[in-house]
Amino acid sequence: MVDNNVLSDTISAQFGDDILSIEESYGMLDFIVNKDIIIDLLKWLKNHETLKFNFLTSLCGVHYPEKEDHELSVVYHLYSMYNNVRIRIHIFLPIAKPEVPTVTHLYPTANWMERETFEFFGVIFTGHPNLKIILNVEDMDYHPLLKQYPLVDNTRTDKDDKYFGR
Amino acid sequence: MTNISEDKIKNQLNPGEIVHLEDDLKIYNYLNLGPTHPATHGIFQNVLKMDGEVILDAEQTIGYIHRAFEKLAENRPFYQITPITDRMNYCSSPINNIGWQMTVEKLLGVKTTKRVDYMRVIIMELARISDHIICNSVIGVDTGALTGFLYIFQFREKIYEIYEQICGARLTTNIGRIGGFERDFNPTVISKIEEILKEFPKALIEFEKLLIRNRIFMDRTIGVGSISAERALEYGFTGPNLRAAGVDYDVRVMHPYSSYEDFDFILPLGTNGDTYDRFCVRQEEMVQSLKIIEQALKNLPEGDYHVDVPEFYLPPKDEVYTTIEGLIWHFKVVYGEINIPKGQVYHAVEGGNGELGFYLISDGGRQPYRLHFRRPCFIYYQAYPEMIKGSLLSDAIITMSSMNVIAGELDA
Repeated sequence: MVDNNVLSDTISAQFGDDILSIEESYGMLDFIVNKDIIIDLLKWLKNHETLKFNFLTSLCGVHYPEKEDHELSVVYHLYSMYNNVRIRIHIFLPIAKPEVPTVTHLYPTANWMERETFEFFGVIFTGHPNLKIILNVEDMDYHPLLKQYPLVDNTRTDKDDKYFGR
Repeated sequence: MTNISEDKIKNQLNPGEIVHLEDDLKIYNYLNLGPTHPATHGIFQNVLKMDGEVILDAEQTIGYIHRAFEKLAENRPFYQITPITDRMNYCSSPINNIGWQMTVEKLLGVKTTKRVDYMRVIIMELARISDHIICNSVIGVDTGALTGFLYIFQFREKIYEIYEQICGARLTTNIGRIGGFERDFNPTVISKIEEILKEFPKALIEFEKLLIRNRIFMDRTIGVGSISAERALEYGFTGPNLRAAGVDYDVRVMHPYSSYEDFDFILPLGTNGDTYDRFCVRQEEMVQSLKIIEQALKNLPEGDYHVDVPEFYLPPKDEVYTTIEGLIWHFKVVYGEINIPKGQVYHAVEGGNGELGFYLISDGGRQPYRLHFRRPCFIYYQAYPEMIKGSLLSDAIITMSSMNVIAGELDA
Protein backbone atom coordinates (compact mmCIF):
# COMPACT_ATOMS: atom_id res chain seq x y z
CA MET A 1 0.00 0.00 0.00
CA VAL A 2 1.33 3.40 -0.96
CA ASP A 3 0.74 6.08 1.61
CA ASN A 4 1.64 9.74 1.59
CA ASN A 5 5.07 9.25 3.21
CA VAL A 6 6.16 6.64 0.69
CA LEU A 7 4.80 8.82 -2.06
CA SER A 8 6.63 11.98 -1.08
CA ASP A 9 9.90 10.03 -0.53
CA THR A 10 9.66 8.26 -3.89
CA ILE A 11 8.87 11.40 -5.83
CA SER A 12 11.48 13.59 -4.19
CA ALA A 13 14.10 10.85 -4.61
CA GLN A 14 13.42 10.80 -8.33
CA PHE A 15 13.09 14.52 -9.02
CA GLY A 16 15.10 16.07 -6.21
CA ASP A 17 15.57 19.79 -6.57
CA ASP A 18 12.80 20.22 -9.10
CA ILE A 19 10.26 19.58 -6.39
CA LEU A 20 10.01 23.02 -4.85
CA SER A 21 7.81 22.16 -1.92
CA ILE A 22 5.76 19.32 -0.47
CA GLU A 23 2.91 19.88 1.93
CA GLU A 24 0.16 17.73 3.22
CA SER A 25 -3.21 19.41 3.52
CA TYR A 26 -6.41 17.65 4.50
CA GLY A 27 -4.87 14.27 3.79
CA MET A 28 -3.73 15.09 0.28
CA LEU A 29 -0.14 15.70 -0.77
CA ASP A 30 0.44 19.03 -2.39
CA PHE A 31 3.50 19.41 -4.64
CA ILE A 32 4.81 22.60 -6.12
CA VAL A 33 7.15 21.65 -8.93
CA ASN A 34 9.34 23.30 -11.48
CA LYS A 35 7.24 23.85 -14.59
CA ASP A 36 9.90 22.42 -16.90
CA ILE A 37 9.57 18.93 -15.50
CA ILE A 38 5.79 18.68 -15.51
CA ILE A 39 5.58 16.36 -18.53
CA ASP A 40 8.40 14.13 -17.26
CA LEU A 41 6.82 14.01 -13.82
CA LEU A 42 3.34 13.13 -15.06
CA LYS A 43 4.72 10.54 -17.48
CA TRP A 44 6.80 9.00 -14.71
CA LEU A 45 3.88 8.98 -12.29
CA LYS A 46 1.59 7.41 -14.83
CA ASN A 47 3.99 4.66 -15.86
CA HIS A 48 5.56 3.93 -12.47
CA GLU A 49 5.13 0.27 -11.60
CA THR A 50 3.72 0.81 -8.13
CA LEU A 51 2.39 4.38 -8.12
CA LYS A 52 0.34 4.16 -11.34
CA PHE A 53 -1.39 7.52 -11.36
CA ASN A 54 -3.63 6.54 -14.23
CA PHE A 55 -6.43 9.04 -13.79
CA LEU A 56 -6.41 12.80 -14.24
CA THR A 57 -9.22 13.95 -11.99
CA SER A 58 -9.11 17.62 -12.75
CA LEU A 59 -6.97 20.34 -14.21
CA CYS A 60 -7.58 23.99 -13.53
CA GLY A 61 -5.91 27.35 -13.36
CA VAL A 62 -5.51 29.88 -10.57
CA HIS A 63 -4.48 33.53 -10.81
CA TYR A 64 -2.31 35.11 -8.09
CA PRO A 65 -1.79 38.70 -9.28
CA GLU A 66 0.51 39.63 -6.38
CA LYS A 67 3.12 36.91 -7.02
CA GLU A 68 5.61 38.45 -9.33
CA ASP A 69 6.66 36.23 -12.25
CA HIS A 70 4.47 33.45 -10.86
CA GLU A 71 1.08 34.97 -11.53
CA LEU A 72 -0.58 31.95 -13.06
CA SER A 73 -0.79 28.51 -11.63
CA VAL A 74 -1.98 25.29 -13.22
CA VAL A 75 -3.20 22.66 -10.78
CA TYR A 76 -3.33 18.97 -11.63
CA HIS A 77 -5.28 16.56 -9.47
CA LEU A 78 -4.11 13.02 -10.10
CA TYR A 79 -5.61 9.84 -8.80
CA SER A 80 -4.18 6.36 -8.62
CA MET A 81 -6.97 3.83 -8.75
CA TYR A 82 -4.60 1.00 -7.86
CA ASN A 83 -3.52 2.59 -4.59
CA ASN A 84 -6.57 4.74 -3.96
CA VAL A 85 -4.51 7.86 -3.37
CA ARG A 86 -4.83 11.37 -4.73
CA ILE A 87 -2.14 14.00 -5.20
CA ARG A 88 -2.18 17.59 -6.29
CA ILE A 89 0.55 19.20 -8.38
CA HIS A 90 0.97 22.92 -8.86
CA ILE A 91 3.12 24.67 -11.39
CA PHE A 92 3.59 28.40 -11.64
CA LEU A 93 3.94 30.44 -14.82
CA PRO A 94 4.66 34.10 -15.50
CA ILE A 95 1.67 35.87 -17.02
CA ALA A 96 3.97 37.43 -19.61
CA LYS A 97 4.76 34.01 -21.04
CA PRO A 98 2.02 31.63 -19.92
CA GLU A 99 3.16 28.56 -21.80
CA VAL A 100 3.12 24.98 -20.65
CA PRO A 101 3.21 21.75 -22.65
CA THR A 102 -0.08 19.95 -23.07
CA VAL A 103 -0.77 16.65 -21.31
CA THR A 104 -3.41 15.49 -23.79
CA HIS A 105 -1.09 12.76 -25.11
CA LEU A 106 -0.86 11.31 -21.58
CA TYR A 107 -4.45 11.89 -20.53
CA PRO A 108 -6.90 12.52 -23.41
CA THR A 109 -9.36 13.82 -20.83
CA ALA A 110 -7.17 16.91 -20.44
CA ASN A 111 -8.34 18.15 -23.82
CA TRP A 112 -11.37 20.13 -22.69
CA MET A 113 -9.93 20.91 -19.27
CA GLU A 114 -6.99 22.63 -20.97
CA ARG A 115 -9.31 24.44 -23.34
CA GLU A 116 -11.28 25.68 -20.34
CA THR A 117 -8.11 26.80 -18.56
CA PHE A 118 -6.92 28.56 -21.72
CA GLU A 119 -10.25 30.31 -22.02
CA PHE A 120 -10.49 31.52 -18.45
CA PHE A 121 -6.84 32.21 -17.66
CA GLY A 122 -5.03 32.49 -20.96
CA VAL A 123 -2.65 29.63 -20.27
CA ILE A 124 -1.30 28.43 -23.61
CA PHE A 125 -0.88 24.67 -23.74
CA THR A 126 1.69 24.09 -26.43
CA GLY A 127 1.03 21.09 -28.62
CA HIS A 128 -2.67 20.98 -27.81
CA PRO A 129 -4.63 19.60 -30.80
CA ASN A 130 -7.44 22.15 -30.71
CA LEU A 131 -6.76 24.99 -28.32
CA LYS A 132 -9.71 27.32 -28.68
CA ILE A 133 -12.42 28.83 -26.55
CA ILE A 134 -14.97 26.30 -25.38
CA LEU A 135 -17.67 27.80 -23.17
CA ASN A 136 -17.89 31.47 -24.08
CA VAL A 137 -18.41 33.26 -27.38
CA GLU A 138 -15.70 32.66 -29.95
CA ASP A 139 -14.58 36.27 -30.33
CA MET A 140 -13.98 36.88 -26.63
CA ASP A 141 -10.48 38.34 -26.43
CA TYR A 142 -9.91 38.40 -22.66
CA HIS A 143 -9.73 35.79 -19.95
CA PRO A 144 -12.54 36.39 -17.49
CA LEU A 145 -11.32 34.52 -14.42
CA LEU A 146 -8.24 36.71 -14.09
CA LYS A 147 -8.54 38.76 -10.94
CA GLN A 148 -8.38 42.15 -12.66
CA TYR A 149 -11.87 41.67 -14.10
CA PRO A 150 -14.63 42.53 -11.64
CA LEU A 151 -17.79 40.47 -11.61
CA VAL A 152 -19.97 43.44 -12.48
CA ASP A 153 -19.03 45.96 -15.13
CA ASN A 154 -19.70 49.28 -13.37
CA THR A 155 -19.53 51.29 -16.56
CA ARG A 156 -22.69 49.77 -17.93
CA THR A 157 -25.70 52.08 -17.95
CA ASP A 158 -28.38 49.75 -19.29
CA LYS A 159 -29.09 48.27 -15.90
CA ASP A 160 -29.50 51.50 -13.93
CA ASP A 161 -32.42 51.34 -11.61
CA LYS A 162 -34.00 54.27 -9.82
CA TYR A 163 -34.52 52.47 -6.54
CA PHE A 164 -31.82 49.86 -6.30
CA GLY A 165 -28.97 51.43 -8.22
CA ARG A 166 -26.71 48.98 -9.95
CA MET B 1 -11.50 6.76 -65.33
CA THR B 2 -13.93 5.42 -62.75
CA ASN B 3 -13.66 4.05 -59.24
CA ILE B 4 -11.02 6.41 -58.04
CA SER B 5 -10.80 7.08 -54.35
CA GLU B 6 -10.35 10.40 -52.68
CA ASP B 7 -6.92 9.51 -51.33
CA LYS B 8 -5.73 8.50 -54.75
CA ILE B 9 -6.70 11.85 -56.11
CA LYS B 10 -4.77 13.60 -53.41
CA ASN B 11 -1.64 11.46 -53.58
CA GLN B 12 -1.12 10.01 -56.99
CA LEU B 13 -2.16 12.56 -59.53
CA ASN B 14 0.46 14.03 -61.78
CA PRO B 15 0.26 17.73 -62.46
CA GLY B 16 -1.96 18.47 -65.37
CA GLU B 17 -3.58 15.03 -65.44
CA ILE B 18 -7.28 15.13 -66.08
CA VAL B 19 -9.60 12.77 -64.26
CA HIS B 20 -13.32 12.37 -64.39
CA LEU B 21 -14.73 11.99 -60.95
CA GLU B 22 -17.63 9.63 -60.88
CA ASP B 23 -19.94 7.89 -58.47
CA ASP B 24 -17.31 6.54 -56.09
CA LEU B 25 -16.31 9.93 -54.75
CA LYS B 26 -18.62 10.42 -51.82
CA ILE B 27 -20.41 13.59 -51.02
CA TYR B 28 -20.70 14.11 -47.29
CA ASN B 29 -23.50 15.96 -45.66
CA TYR B 30 -23.11 18.12 -42.61
CA LEU B 31 -26.04 17.94 -40.27
CA ASN B 32 -26.68 20.37 -37.50
CA LEU B 33 -28.10 18.40 -34.61
CA GLY B 34 -29.25 20.98 -32.13
CA PRO B 35 -28.80 23.32 -30.32
CA THR B 36 -32.55 23.18 -29.72
CA HIS B 37 -33.42 19.78 -31.06
CA PRO B 38 -36.12 18.10 -28.95
CA ALA B 39 -34.28 14.79 -28.95
CA THR B 40 -31.14 16.14 -27.33
CA HIS B 41 -32.90 16.97 -24.02
CA GLY B 42 -31.05 20.18 -23.45
CA ILE B 43 -29.10 22.73 -25.38
CA PHE B 44 -26.39 20.81 -27.18
CA GLN B 45 -25.15 21.37 -30.68
CA ASN B 46 -23.45 18.68 -32.68
CA VAL B 47 -22.27 19.20 -36.22
CA LEU B 48 -22.33 15.72 -37.66
CA LYS B 49 -20.43 14.71 -40.76
CA MET B 50 -22.69 12.17 -42.37
CA ASP B 51 -22.26 9.64 -45.13
CA GLY B 52 -25.87 8.83 -45.84
CA GLU B 53 -27.16 7.89 -42.42
CA VAL B 54 -23.80 6.89 -40.99
CA ILE B 55 -21.97 9.35 -38.76
CA LEU B 56 -18.34 9.81 -39.69
CA ASP B 57 -17.41 12.56 -37.32
CA ALA B 58 -18.97 14.97 -34.90
CA GLU B 59 -18.02 18.27 -33.43
CA GLN B 60 -19.70 19.52 -30.31
CA THR B 61 -20.42 23.09 -29.41
CA ILE B 62 -21.05 23.59 -25.74
CA GLY B 63 -21.53 26.56 -23.47
CA TYR B 64 -25.03 27.65 -24.45
CA ILE B 65 -26.05 28.03 -20.83
CA HIS B 66 -22.68 28.99 -19.37
CA ARG B 67 -23.34 31.15 -16.32
CA ALA B 68 -19.81 31.76 -15.01
CA PHE B 69 -20.33 29.88 -11.75
CA GLU B 70 -16.65 29.93 -10.86
CA LYS B 71 -16.50 33.70 -11.20
CA LEU B 72 -19.76 34.15 -9.30
CA ALA B 73 -18.49 31.92 -6.51
CA GLU B 74 -15.43 34.12 -6.02
CA ASN B 75 -17.72 36.98 -5.09
CA ARG B 76 -20.08 35.37 -2.62
CA PRO B 77 -19.98 34.27 0.98
CA PHE B 78 -19.92 30.52 1.40
CA TYR B 79 -23.56 29.92 2.20
CA GLN B 80 -24.61 31.78 -0.94
CA ILE B 81 -22.70 29.35 -3.12
CA THR B 82 -25.05 26.49 -2.28
CA PRO B 83 -27.79 27.81 -4.60
CA ILE B 84 -25.23 28.06 -7.42
CA THR B 85 -24.46 24.36 -7.09
CA ASP B 86 -28.18 23.55 -7.49
CA ARG B 87 -28.03 24.76 -11.02
CA MET B 88 -25.31 22.41 -12.12
CA ASN B 89 -26.91 18.99 -12.14
CA TYR B 90 -30.47 20.09 -11.59
CA CYS B 91 -31.74 16.51 -11.80
CA SER B 92 -30.03 15.70 -8.50
CA SER B 93 -29.39 19.09 -6.93
CA PRO B 94 -29.32 17.87 -3.28
CA ILE B 95 -26.13 15.92 -4.02
CA ASN B 96 -24.49 19.09 -5.31
CA ASN B 97 -25.67 21.12 -2.31
CA ILE B 98 -24.51 18.61 0.24
CA GLY B 99 -21.23 18.02 -1.60
CA TRP B 100 -20.47 21.72 -1.37
CA GLN B 101 -21.45 21.93 2.29
CA MET B 102 -19.20 18.99 3.08
CA THR B 103 -16.32 20.71 1.27
CA VAL B 104 -16.70 23.74 3.51
CA GLU B 105 -16.99 21.54 6.59
CA LYS B 106 -13.81 19.75 5.57
CA LEU B 107 -12.00 23.08 5.27
CA LEU B 108 -13.32 24.26 8.64
CA GLY B 109 -12.67 20.91 10.30
CA VAL B 110 -16.27 20.48 11.36
CA LYS B 111 -17.23 16.95 12.32
CA THR B 112 -20.89 16.22 11.73
CA THR B 113 -22.94 13.87 13.86
CA LYS B 114 -24.14 10.48 12.70
CA ARG B 115 -27.70 11.73 12.49
CA VAL B 116 -26.72 14.49 10.08
CA ASP B 117 -24.72 12.00 8.04
CA TYR B 118 -27.59 9.55 7.82
CA MET B 119 -30.09 12.25 6.92
CA ARG B 120 -27.73 13.39 4.19
CA VAL B 121 -27.32 9.86 2.91
CA ILE B 122 -31.10 9.44 2.69
CA ILE B 123 -31.49 12.66 0.72
CA MET B 124 -28.56 12.01 -1.55
CA GLU B 125 -29.77 8.53 -2.40
CA LEU B 126 -33.27 9.86 -3.12
CA ALA B 127 -31.63 12.38 -5.42
CA ARG B 128 -29.67 9.62 -7.14
CA ILE B 129 -32.89 7.70 -7.71
CA SER B 130 -34.61 10.72 -9.22
CA ASP B 131 -31.57 11.34 -11.45
CA HIS B 132 -31.51 7.75 -12.68
CA ILE B 133 -35.30 7.71 -13.16
CA ILE B 134 -34.97 10.58 -15.59
CA CYS B 135 -32.06 9.07 -17.46
CA ASN B 136 -33.46 5.58 -17.81
CA SER B 137 -37.00 6.56 -18.68
CA VAL B 138 -35.67 8.96 -21.31
CA ILE B 139 -33.62 6.18 -22.90
CA GLY B 140 -36.98 4.42 -23.21
CA VAL B 141 -38.56 7.48 -24.81
CA ASP B 142 -35.74 7.80 -27.30
CA THR B 143 -36.20 4.20 -28.36
CA GLY B 144 -39.92 4.77 -28.79
CA ALA B 145 -41.34 3.57 -25.47
CA LEU B 146 -43.19 6.42 -23.82
CA THR B 147 -45.24 4.35 -21.38
CA GLY B 148 -42.48 3.58 -18.93
CA PHE B 149 -41.47 7.21 -18.79
CA LEU B 150 -44.95 8.39 -17.90
CA TYR B 151 -45.42 5.61 -15.39
CA ILE B 152 -42.16 5.91 -13.45
CA PHE B 153 -42.18 9.70 -13.36
CA GLN B 154 -44.79 9.74 -10.61
CA PHE B 155 -42.06 8.57 -8.24
CA ARG B 156 -39.86 11.48 -9.18
CA GLU B 157 -42.80 13.63 -8.19
CA LYS B 158 -42.96 11.84 -4.85
CA ILE B 159 -39.27 12.40 -4.27
CA TYR B 160 -39.76 16.08 -5.02
CA GLU B 161 -42.54 16.16 -2.45
CA ILE B 162 -40.03 14.90 0.10
CA TYR B 163 -37.60 17.69 -0.82
CA GLU B 164 -40.47 20.09 -0.47
CA GLN B 165 -41.18 18.87 3.04
CA ILE B 166 -37.52 19.18 4.02
CA CYS B 167 -36.55 22.49 2.46
CA GLY B 168 -39.57 24.00 0.72
CA ALA B 169 -38.19 23.78 -2.80
CA ARG B 170 -38.48 21.11 -5.45
CA LEU B 171 -35.99 21.40 -8.30
CA THR B 172 -33.28 23.82 -7.23
CA THR B 173 -33.39 22.78 -3.65
CA ASN B 174 -30.75 24.69 -1.64
CA ILE B 175 -31.18 21.86 0.83
CA GLY B 176 -29.35 21.76 4.15
CA ARG B 177 -26.92 24.19 5.69
CA ILE B 178 -23.22 24.22 6.45
CA GLY B 179 -23.23 22.07 9.59
CA GLY B 180 -26.40 20.09 9.01
CA PHE B 181 -29.99 20.89 8.21
CA GLU B 182 -32.21 23.85 8.92
CA ARG B 183 -34.91 21.60 10.39
CA ASP B 184 -35.39 18.00 11.33
CA PHE B 185 -37.27 15.43 9.26
CA ASN B 186 -40.93 15.81 10.11
CA PRO B 187 -43.27 12.78 10.35
CA THR B 188 -44.58 13.45 6.83
CA VAL B 189 -41.06 13.05 5.43
CA ILE B 190 -40.61 9.74 7.19
CA SER B 191 -43.98 8.44 6.03
CA LYS B 192 -43.34 9.59 2.46
CA ILE B 193 -39.96 7.87 2.40
CA GLU B 194 -41.55 4.71 3.74
CA GLU B 195 -44.17 4.96 1.05
CA ILE B 196 -41.45 5.14 -1.61
CA LEU B 197 -39.60 2.22 -0.06
CA LYS B 198 -42.80 0.19 -0.22
CA GLU B 199 -44.13 1.14 -3.64
CA PHE B 200 -41.14 2.07 -5.74
CA PRO B 201 -39.50 -1.39 -5.98
CA LYS B 202 -42.69 -2.82 -7.50
CA ALA B 203 -42.94 0.00 -10.02
CA LEU B 204 -39.25 -0.33 -10.82
CA ILE B 205 -39.66 -4.00 -11.62
CA GLU B 206 -42.66 -3.24 -13.81
CA PHE B 207 -40.68 -0.54 -15.60
CA GLU B 208 -37.76 -2.89 -16.02
CA LYS B 209 -39.98 -5.59 -17.46
CA LEU B 210 -41.18 -3.18 -20.12
CA LEU B 211 -37.69 -2.70 -21.46
CA ILE B 212 -34.93 -4.93 -20.24
CA ARG B 213 -35.80 -8.11 -22.19
CA ASN B 214 -37.76 -6.28 -24.85
CA ARG B 215 -36.43 -7.35 -28.25
CA ILE B 216 -36.80 -3.91 -29.79
CA PHE B 217 -35.10 -2.20 -26.88
CA MET B 218 -32.25 -4.72 -26.84
CA ASP B 219 -31.70 -4.39 -30.58
CA ARG B 220 -31.64 -0.65 -30.29
CA THR B 221 -29.22 -0.48 -27.36
CA ILE B 222 -26.85 -3.47 -27.24
CA GLY B 223 -23.51 -2.58 -28.77
CA VAL B 224 -24.61 1.02 -29.36
CA GLY B 225 -22.32 3.79 -28.17
CA SER B 226 -19.91 1.44 -26.47
CA ILE B 227 -16.58 2.40 -24.97
CA SER B 228 -13.88 0.17 -23.55
CA ALA B 229 -12.77 0.41 -19.93
CA GLU B 230 -9.28 1.65 -20.90
CA ARG B 231 -10.64 4.33 -23.15
CA ALA B 232 -13.23 5.36 -20.57
CA LEU B 233 -10.51 5.81 -17.95
CA GLU B 234 -8.40 7.83 -20.36
CA TYR B 235 -11.36 10.06 -21.01
CA GLY B 236 -11.93 10.58 -17.29
CA PHE B 237 -15.27 8.77 -17.09
CA THR B 238 -16.70 8.31 -13.62
CA GLY B 239 -19.98 7.18 -12.18
CA PRO B 240 -22.48 4.84 -13.86
CA ASN B 241 -20.91 5.36 -17.28
CA LEU B 242 -17.54 4.10 -16.06
CA ARG B 243 -19.10 1.24 -14.12
CA ALA B 244 -21.00 0.21 -17.25
CA ALA B 245 -17.60 -0.22 -18.89
CA GLY B 246 -16.57 -2.54 -16.06
CA VAL B 247 -14.47 -0.42 -13.70
CA ASP B 248 -15.63 -0.59 -10.09
CA TYR B 249 -14.82 2.97 -9.10
CA ASP B 250 -17.32 4.73 -6.89
CA VAL B 251 -16.45 7.65 -4.62
CA ARG B 252 -18.88 6.35 -2.00
CA VAL B 253 -16.75 3.22 -1.63
CA MET B 254 -13.24 4.45 -2.38
CA HIS B 255 -13.39 7.68 -0.36
CA PRO B 256 -16.35 7.23 1.97
CA TYR B 257 -17.93 10.47 3.08
CA SER B 258 -20.99 11.12 5.22
CA SER B 259 -20.72 7.66 6.88
CA TYR B 260 -21.22 5.68 3.66
CA GLU B 261 -18.94 3.05 5.13
CA ASP B 262 -21.79 2.07 7.50
CA PHE B 263 -24.01 0.83 4.72
CA ASP B 264 -24.10 -2.41 2.89
CA PHE B 265 -24.55 -2.10 -0.85
CA ILE B 266 -23.04 -3.47 -4.04
CA LEU B 267 -21.74 -1.74 -7.12
CA PRO B 268 -23.38 -3.02 -10.27
CA LEU B 269 -20.94 -3.38 -13.16
CA GLY B 270 -21.38 -3.72 -16.89
CA THR B 271 -19.03 -5.32 -19.37
CA ASN B 272 -19.32 -3.59 -22.74
CA GLY B 273 -19.88 0.01 -21.75
CA ASP B 274 -22.73 0.30 -24.23
CA THR B 275 -26.13 1.92 -23.89
CA TYR B 276 -27.75 -1.28 -22.64
CA ASP B 277 -25.13 -1.69 -19.91
CA ARG B 278 -25.51 1.89 -18.81
CA PHE B 279 -29.26 1.35 -18.58
CA CYS B 280 -28.81 -1.83 -16.53
CA VAL B 281 -26.24 -0.28 -14.20
CA ARG B 282 -28.50 2.66 -13.45
CA GLN B 283 -31.43 0.34 -12.96
CA GLU B 284 -29.56 -1.73 -10.38
CA GLU B 285 -28.15 1.39 -8.71
CA MET B 286 -31.68 2.51 -7.96
CA VAL B 287 -32.31 -0.81 -6.20
CA GLN B 288 -29.10 -0.36 -4.22
CA SER B 289 -30.02 3.22 -3.34
CA LEU B 290 -33.32 1.98 -1.95
CA LYS B 291 -31.38 -0.54 0.10
CA ILE B 292 -29.17 2.24 1.50
CA ILE B 293 -32.18 4.42 2.32
CA GLU B 294 -33.85 1.50 4.07
CA GLN B 295 -30.77 0.87 6.23
CA ALA B 296 -30.29 4.55 6.99
CA LEU B 297 -33.91 5.03 7.96
CA LYS B 298 -33.94 1.93 10.12
CA ASN B 299 -30.76 2.92 11.96
CA LEU B 300 -31.35 6.67 11.97
CA PRO B 301 -29.55 7.71 15.17
CA GLU B 302 -31.05 10.02 17.73
CA GLY B 303 -29.40 13.37 18.14
CA ASP B 304 -29.31 16.85 16.79
CA TYR B 305 -29.99 17.58 13.14
CA HIS B 306 -27.13 20.03 12.96
CA VAL B 307 -23.80 20.63 14.65
CA ASP B 308 -22.68 23.81 16.30
CA VAL B 309 -20.99 26.04 13.70
CA PRO B 310 -21.97 29.50 14.91
CA GLU B 311 -20.03 31.18 12.11
CA PHE B 312 -22.18 29.58 9.43
CA TYR B 313 -25.31 28.15 10.97
CA LEU B 314 -28.04 30.71 11.68
CA PRO B 315 -29.02 30.85 15.37
CA PRO B 316 -32.62 29.96 16.28
CA LYS B 317 -35.05 32.81 15.78
CA ASP B 318 -36.09 33.12 19.43
CA GLU B 319 -32.45 33.74 20.33
CA VAL B 320 -32.12 36.30 17.54
CA TYR B 321 -35.14 38.22 18.82
CA THR B 322 -34.27 38.10 22.51
CA THR B 323 -30.48 38.03 22.92
CA ILE B 324 -27.75 40.32 21.64
CA GLU B 325 -25.38 37.44 20.84
CA GLY B 326 -28.01 35.76 18.71
CA LEU B 327 -28.66 38.99 16.85
CA ILE B 328 -24.94 39.60 16.26
CA TRP B 329 -24.38 36.10 14.93
CA HIS B 330 -27.44 36.32 12.77
CA PHE B 331 -26.11 39.46 11.10
CA LYS B 332 -22.60 38.12 10.81
CA VAL B 333 -23.83 34.96 9.10
CA VAL B 334 -26.20 36.73 6.75
CA TYR B 335 -23.67 39.36 5.73
CA GLY B 336 -20.98 36.72 5.41
CA GLU B 337 -18.62 38.65 7.68
CA ILE B 338 -16.59 35.68 8.72
CA ASN B 339 -13.03 35.01 7.73
CA ILE B 340 -12.38 31.50 6.48
CA PRO B 341 -9.17 29.70 7.46
CA LYS B 342 -6.47 29.56 4.83
CA GLY B 343 -6.08 26.34 2.94
CA GLN B 344 -6.82 24.24 -0.07
CA VAL B 345 -9.20 21.37 -0.08
CA TYR B 346 -10.50 18.94 -2.64
CA HIS B 347 -13.64 17.07 -1.80
CA ALA B 348 -15.51 14.73 -4.08
CA VAL B 349 -18.92 13.13 -3.84
CA GLU B 350 -20.56 10.58 -6.06
CA GLY B 351 -23.04 12.64 -8.00
CA GLY B 352 -25.73 11.28 -10.28
CA ASN B 353 -23.28 11.18 -13.15
CA GLY B 354 -19.98 10.55 -11.46
CA GLU B 355 -17.34 12.15 -9.34
CA LEU B 356 -18.48 15.66 -8.53
CA GLY B 357 -15.43 17.44 -7.13
CA PHE B 358 -15.01 20.79 -5.43
CA TYR B 359 -11.53 22.29 -5.35
CA LEU B 360 -11.59 25.21 -2.98
CA ILE B 361 -8.73 27.62 -2.32
CA SER B 362 -9.20 29.97 0.58
CA ASP B 363 -6.79 32.83 1.24
CA GLY B 364 -8.26 33.70 4.62
CA GLY B 365 -10.86 36.05 3.19
CA ARG B 366 -14.63 35.93 3.31
CA GLN B 367 -15.13 34.48 -0.12
CA PRO B 368 -13.37 31.62 -1.86
CA TYR B 369 -10.18 32.74 -3.56
CA ARG B 370 -10.84 30.18 -6.22
CA LEU B 371 -13.45 27.50 -6.54
CA HIS B 372 -13.23 24.91 -9.26
CA PHE B 373 -16.02 22.46 -9.91
CA ARG B 374 -15.07 19.10 -11.35
CA ARG B 375 -18.19 18.48 -13.38
CA PRO B 376 -18.40 14.87 -14.52
CA CYS B 377 -20.57 15.66 -17.58
CA PHE B 378 -18.10 18.20 -18.91
CA ILE B 379 -15.33 15.66 -18.69
CA TYR B 380 -16.96 12.62 -20.20
CA TYR B 381 -18.94 14.41 -22.89
CA GLN B 382 -15.70 14.89 -24.85
CA ALA B 383 -15.76 11.18 -25.67
CA TYR B 384 -19.08 11.52 -27.46
CA PRO B 385 -17.73 11.86 -31.05
CA GLU B 386 -15.62 8.76 -30.57
CA MET B 387 -18.59 6.81 -29.21
CA ILE B 388 -20.93 7.62 -32.07
CA LYS B 389 -18.46 7.32 -34.93
CA GLY B 390 -19.72 4.79 -37.47
CA SER B 391 -23.18 4.52 -35.97
CA LEU B 392 -26.52 5.76 -37.21
CA LEU B 393 -28.10 9.07 -36.35
CA SER B 394 -30.80 7.45 -34.24
CA ASP B 395 -28.10 5.63 -32.25
CA ALA B 396 -26.34 8.92 -31.57
CA ILE B 397 -29.53 10.18 -29.93
CA ILE B 398 -29.83 7.28 -27.51
CA THR B 399 -26.10 7.31 -26.82
CA MET B 400 -26.41 10.88 -25.66
CA SER B 401 -29.45 10.23 -23.48
CA SER B 402 -27.81 7.15 -21.95
CA MET B 403 -24.71 9.19 -21.04
CA ASN B 404 -27.05 11.49 -19.13
CA VAL B 405 -25.40 14.71 -20.19
CA ILE B 406 -27.01 17.51 -18.19
CA ALA B 407 -26.62 20.89 -19.83
CA GLY B 408 -26.40 22.78 -16.57
CA GLU B 409 -23.53 20.69 -15.33
CA LEU B 410 -21.79 20.64 -18.71
CA ASP B 411 -21.71 24.40 -19.06
CA ALA B 412 -21.45 25.49 -15.44
